[in-house]
Amino acid sequence: MSITFDLIPWHALTGGFVIGIAVTLLLFFDGRIAGISGIVGGLYRVKKGDISWRVAFIFGLIVSALIWKLFFDMPPIRIETSHVMLALAGLLVGYGTRLGSGCTSGHGVCGISRQSPRSIAATAVFMLTGFVAVYLLRHVLTI
Amino acid sequence: MASFIALIAGIIFGLGIIASGMVNPALVLAFLDVAGDWDATLLWVMGGAVTVGTIAFMLAKKRKQSYLGLPMQIPGVAKIDGRLLSGSLLFGIGWGIAGICPGPALVLMGTGNSDALVFLVAMLLGMGGYQMTQDRG
Repeated sequence: MSITFDLIPWHALTGGFVIGIAVTLLLFFDGRIAGISGIVGGLYRVKKGDISWRVAFIFGLIVSALIWKLFFDMPPIRIETSHVMLALAGLLVGYGTRLGSGCTSGHGVCGISRQSPRSIAATAVFMLTGFVAVYLLRHVLTI
Repeated sequence: MASFIALIAGIIFGLGIIASGMVNPALVLAFLDVAGDWDATLLWVMGGAVTVGTIAFMLAKKRKQSYLGLPMQIPGVAKIDGRLLSGSLLFGIGWGIAGICPGPALVLMGTGNSDALVFLVAMLLGMGGYQMTQDRG
């Protein structure tokens, strides 16, 4: 066997651990699931005492890029999707995550971590349709 | 205090998204492109996050209250229904088109990427659209 440590993308694994720490923090102190679509979506139905933690978390996500830039270079960001397709994708992601009660963080990370059958099913479905969408766009329709 | 923790958690979550490379939609699309030059990076990120998350939820299960005395709001629904599946189906299509999901969309806003802003505004509209159908129904 010649499996070397070079085969492991350490930045990806480390980044994953860091995401897990954020999940743990919000769970242990606030008793909340770090599901981003749910945190954002909760702001559409205003409930007293349920707003500020959501705004704070979202603000944290946004400023994280600025904090990163203080210490490191931003990794390359490539978006080759047209604005029309980006808008379509955004609508689908916004509507779909609310209808399906979660996204990559709520279902994919938190849900799988607590072995929720619902989240495992949701993750299987959105990964599968993600595979199909990319397959069709890149290899069949070649847009 | 709960909001301060949420702010810190949001920052750490965002730093994780950037460190892992998942802030780059091209890398997410490379994972979803199973018939192309497939890239497994996303699986390593999820693996890392789920490893820490599994321990966290195991410990949290025993608790009635958070460290701040707040109720543990862990979903109890177990039913796999049409809403869950059709919502996830639509989300997956959108994810496959752009390679962006809600977390990275917000982090990308902080990078000042104008393409990502188009996605983010549409995403917020999509969520609003969902809310409107809910309120009517």
